Amino acid sequence: MTELLSPVHDLTPSQTVGPFFHFMLTPKAYGVREIFTADLTQEGPGGDRLRIEGRVLDADGAPIPDAMVEIWQADANGAYAHPASPKPAANGFRGFGRCPTDAHGAFAFDTIMPGIVTTFDGAPQSPHIAVTLFARGMTRHLVTRIYFAGRDDLAADPVLALVPPERRSTLLAVAVAKGLWEFTIRLGGDAETVFFEA
Amino acid sequence: MTRLIYPLDGLKAHPPSLSPAYTSTVRRAPSKPLILLPHSLTEVTGPVYGHDSVVAGEADLTRQHAGEPLGERIIVTGRVLDEDGRPVPDSLVEVWQANAAGRYIHVKDQHPAPLDANFTGAGRCLTDTDGRYRFVTVKPGAYPWRNHHNAWRPAHIHLSLFGHSFLSRLVTQMYFPGDPLFPFDPIFNSIPDEAARNRLIARFDLSVTEPEWALGYQFDIVLRGRQATPMEEPHHD
Repeated sequence: MTELLSPVHDLTPSQTVGPFFHFMLTPKAYGVREIFTADLTQEGPGGDRLRIEGRVLDADGAPIPDAMVEIWQADANGAYAHPASPKPAANGFRGFGRCPTDAHGAFAFDTIMPGIVTTFDGAPQSPHIAVTLFARGMTRHLVTRIYFAGRDDLAADPVLALVPPERRSTLLAVAVAKGLWEFTIRLGGDAETVFFEA
Repeated sequence: MTRLIYPLDGLKAHPPSLSPAYTSTVRRAPSKPLILLPHSLTEVTGPVYGHDSVVAGEADLTRQHAGEPLGERIIVTGRVLDEDGRPVPDSLVEVWQANAAGRYIHVKDQHPAPLDANFTGAGRCLTDTDGRYRFVTVKPGAYPWRNHHNAWRPAHIHLSLFGHSFLSRLVTQMYFPGDPLFPFDPIFNSIPDEAARNRLIARFDLSVTEPEWALGYQFDIVLRGRQATPMEEPHHD
């Protein structure tokens, strides 16, 4: 049996990002140098371009105008821009994006269709984008995933298999035009988005 | 696909999503339980922003304008560690804060306290090989907010860190020792465990001060994650 050693250092707890993060985390309007972008295609990675547009809605369905969405994804070959990735990511592809929501709770990312990433058991996962959501009124960020509706391999995805069938659609981006996908994040209601503890 | 590479125990330190005394959480907390996500390459990797992301001077918030900001000049430093106590080197730390009068430069901040033309309140730096970061800034002021009647936030600095995986992402706030507003702040008290709460309070450290120039505080940060080696499937024998 592989024992996990008990942690010797206790985690630093999370606190809300608050309403006033923009001048550091998404600071272009404040004349502060910006290092993150919502456009992951700038370095011209290979793969099918896509745009994901969405909104973040609270438990009453009202838009959240002061949220921040971050995404993390593999390149078209299923490689991550990280030293633990068995294969290197496409040159210049960082796989990370950050976008604040606007007055209508809307966000958008320009990126590429991620490739297939297998689990450590070797099971293929359907192409997905990891999402982290921050906002005032959220004591800790929430984690979810974007999958792509209509793919044949969704049925065999080992993570979706853990989600009650009636809630799986909350994790699916829907194609509304060629290359344009919609993904709404809901913090409540009948179609409340599935969030993960990782 | 049941394995977790990092243990879950430490996550108890975090505040629950619903913390009703902090009233904005009521409509911004999921109502359904979180689903446990097994760790795949998606989770044990994460954004890498190293030496190309920070430029000289971004860690000194007192030298970003023509003159120096008003307020008590302070140095804030500490080590970023993982749950095994290993340093997390070459990792981005972003900070933002109110000025000494308790006013943010943010357009949405309407607190009638003065802005400071010499202070933006935004900084970033990279941890060194020992996991250490260091900022120079001014001590932020307390400020009122509308959570409840006569609500005031204790002085704090916001921090955003990535660590080395998707799981180590952390946004938090650092507080100052002895703040009389602690018992009244629903955000600080959204963390149920007193010991965990107190880990957000920096420690005054005379050895960090610089004589005739700045006071000094130590604030260590422990991020999720242990040595990122896929573990064997546990056998229940």
